[in-house]
Order: sequence, then structure tokens, then C-alpha cells
Amino acid sequence: MAGLPSDISGRPLWLLAELTYRCPLQCPYCSNPVDFARRSDELSTADWMRVLNEARQLGAMQLGFSGGEPLLRHDLEELIGEARRLGYYSNLITSGVGMDEERVARFKQAGLDHIQVSFQASSEELNNFLGGTASFQHKLDMARAVKAHGYPMVLNIVIHRQNIDQIEDIIRMTIDLKADFVELASTQYYGWSKLNLDALLPTREQLRNAEAVARRYQEMMKDRMKIIYVVPDYYEERPKACMNGWGSIFLTIAPDGTALPCHAAQQLPGLTFPNVRDQSIEEIWSHSSAFQHFRGFEWMQEPCRSCPDKTKDFGGCRCQAYMMTGDATATDPVCSKSPRHGQLRAEVERIASLAGSSAPAQPLVFRNSRNSRALSPPVES
Amino acid sequence: MNDTPDQRVPALKTMYRFQWEPAQAAHVLLYPEGMVKLSGSAGEILKRVDGQRSIAVIIDELKAAFGGAPLDDDVRNFLAQAQSNGWITL
Repeated sequence: MAGLPSDISGRPLWLLAELTYRCPLQCPYCSNPVDFARRSDELSTADWMRVLNEARQLGAMQLGFSGGEPLLRHDLEELIGEARRLGYYSNLITSGVGMDEERVARFKQAGLDHIQVSFQASSEELNNFLGGTASFQHKLDMARAVKAHGYPMVLNIVIHRQNIDQIEDIIRMTIDLKADFVELASTQYYGWSKLNLDALLPTREQLRNAEAVARRYQEMMKDRMKIIYVVPDYYEERPKACMNGWGSIFLTIAPDGTALPCHAAQQLPGLTFPNVRDQSIEEIWSHSSAFQHFRGFEWMQEPCRSCPDKTKDFGGCRCQAYMMTGDATATDPVCSKSPRHGQLRAEVERIASLAGSSAPAQPLVFRNSRNSRALSPPVES
Repeated sequence: MNDTPDQRVPALKTMYRFQWEPAQAAHVLLYPEGMVKLSGSAGEILKRVDGQRSIAVIIDELKAAFGGAPLDDDVRNFLAQAQSNGWITL
């Protein structure tokens, strides 16, 4: 998500097409909604074709095919072909499970620009434990196939307390695989990862060590590979510029056609998100009340409203504000100016003390249909 | 022949796609999960970076297109910057 200039906002530059919530992996930090198993409806190929066309006409340039695992859609080749014809830069964001070398070649022929492969860890045992499936060797094969077919390759590894101490091994693995970019993506705590926060949040000491390793390799590899490492915002004093502002440049379409300013937004109360089956992308982006809701600065309270940084960080993340304060219009508690910042600090301290204690760790809740159904009531439709 | 710096042939790295974006009224460089919106002059230079034309040829073409303006150093500087950004090889 890096590298988008801020002087061209106002259009949906980034279209994230979440093609399906189905996934062969069960990562306990998955960013999909906890109730995904209650949302099994998926758009047809024709619907997606229309979405790609309409968003491109509005100015979208970057397209992410995501999920769940997008490889599970049998029309993926077709959608890639249409994306190329329309002039998108298309990114396939995948676990690699469900891909083989033949399909990597077919995607290339269809016009796919880039493949991002995720790893859960650098050791087979931990990777397969976290993903809930024996996928490590296949991922290595697929990463090599991606390079062999001439794609630029981003390797993405979500970093948390369970794998952060192996960060050097992880980076060395990405060097061996000849990645062009490496995203060491600190877990962000929404959905499944919020459920598993106590087991996933690293301690400050772990972060310091990991950051030092990452900086060392960034310097060492600067001419060959770009390493992006971002600390989890729970340890920051300034909030992230979440989604570059609500309804500013990002448009996510969920598998069932729900249009969202960010993929976690469905948890926010009082908002009705439009569906691409009922409205055009233009109507949704420019006129729907959901996309207008936190656009600009009018919705803000103090201390955001009079803060000079509001044009830089947009008050932080609306979902985080809601999860921690019960009020989606509040200042993101990550911000040291938030009246709730102290509570967040105390929460981080509580979790850090768990990490150091000998008490049995809370078991991870894996992201699968059974847990999803057990954790969420049926969705009214 | 790479005898002088201007005989070098710049080429866009395969990771990047260069294209005209009507909605931005600008040329852009697209790469994995990111983009750069280019200024008018950057767009005019990169339009001619094709792995065939040398820097000297690009300079001549731009001079012809823009009334003989003395843009030699601007082009060289931009291409050096583009190389250090990792966009092109020289």
C-alpha cells in the first residue's frame, strides 16, 4: 500500500477486489471479518467485470486481487485479462496454495503484473502451524516459479510475537528467494488478530531487536531489495494515516459486492455500506452516505478538530477508535493527544507482562469456518 | 558503443509500467502496489526511454519537439535521478 502520492486524492486509485473469503489457510491474524462464514455469497464473473470497468473509468490504476485466497476463483485468469485490457496494474495477493507453475505462466500470459506471496514464518514447522496447513514447501516452490516467470515479487510476512524473534531468518529466506520487495508487516489488530491480541502483540524489547535487524538488512540490501518494516501502531505516539483518509483513494469490494472504504469497515455501527449489485461505482464513491461519512474533517471532535496534524493523519483509524472507545468519531487512541491514550498504554503493558509470565499462553483462535460460525450470530439479510 | 555517457541507452526496468492516465492528465509509473505521477517533462523524457534510443538521441528528439531549447542537462539529470530511484538501467 506504499507509494501513493497524496496530491491526487479524490479518486479511487486503489481497487481491492476481495474475490472470496474462502481460504485453505487458517492464519490467526487474518484481516477478514470474524463472521466471514456467514457471508459466503460471491459476485459473479459478470459483476466483477463491471466493477473493474467502472472503477477504471473513475481513475483506479492499482488493482489487488485478494481474499480469502483469490486462486480459488476459477475465473481469475479471465479477470486478470480484463484488468490488463483496461490498463490496470494488477497485483495478485496470494498464499500460493492452489497455484502451480502452469497457472503462474497462464496468469503472465493473461497480463498479470505482479504476484505477492505470503509466508507465515521462515521455518516449516512454524509456518505450517500458523497457517494451519502444510504449505511451506509449496510456497517456496511458488516463490521460485514467480521469479522464474519474470514477475516482480513481493514477499509478505505478517510479524507478531510468535515469529518476530526469527526476523533475521525470515529476511534471509526472502534474500534466498530473490524477492524484489519484502513487507515485514506488523500485525494490525482487527478481526481475528484482535481476538488473538494477547498472543500476538510483541513486547517492546522484541520490537527493538527486530527493528535493529531490519534496519541492518535494509542498509545491506538497499541496491537489490527493498525491505519495508513498520512497527505496530500500538507502540506509536502518532496515529497512522489510515487508508490515506476515509473514501480518499482506497475502494474495497467484499466478495458479496459490499463496497467499503477499508476492508475492516463493516464492523462500524450505524453505517449501511452500498453494494455494487445495486449501484454503480460512481454513485457509491461520489454519493453514498457511507463513503461521505468520515470524508474530510467535519465529523471530527477535539482534539482532532483543531489539530494541525489532521491533514496528515486524518485522526487515525476509525475502526481502532471504535474498538477502543466505542465511538467511531473519537481520536484514534494511538495518538498521544487522545484522552484514551493512557488506556492503550496500560493495555499494552498488561499484554507485555503476559508475554513474560510463565502462565500458560492463551491458545490461538484459528481463522476457519467452524470458529467463524461459533463466534458470530447469523447475519440478517 | 558506450564511449561517451550520452551514448548509453536507458531502459525501463521490467517491474515498472509507464503509461498515460487520462484521469490524471499525466504519465504515471506503476509498480507493485504503488505509483508515481510524473511531471510533464519527466513524462516526455520517459516516453522516449525504450531500450533502443541513446541519451543523445533522446536529447535531440526533445530539442526538435520543443523548439531547440537547451535541455541537455535537464535530461541527463533526470535520467540520473531515475536511475538512482531504480526506475531505469543505464
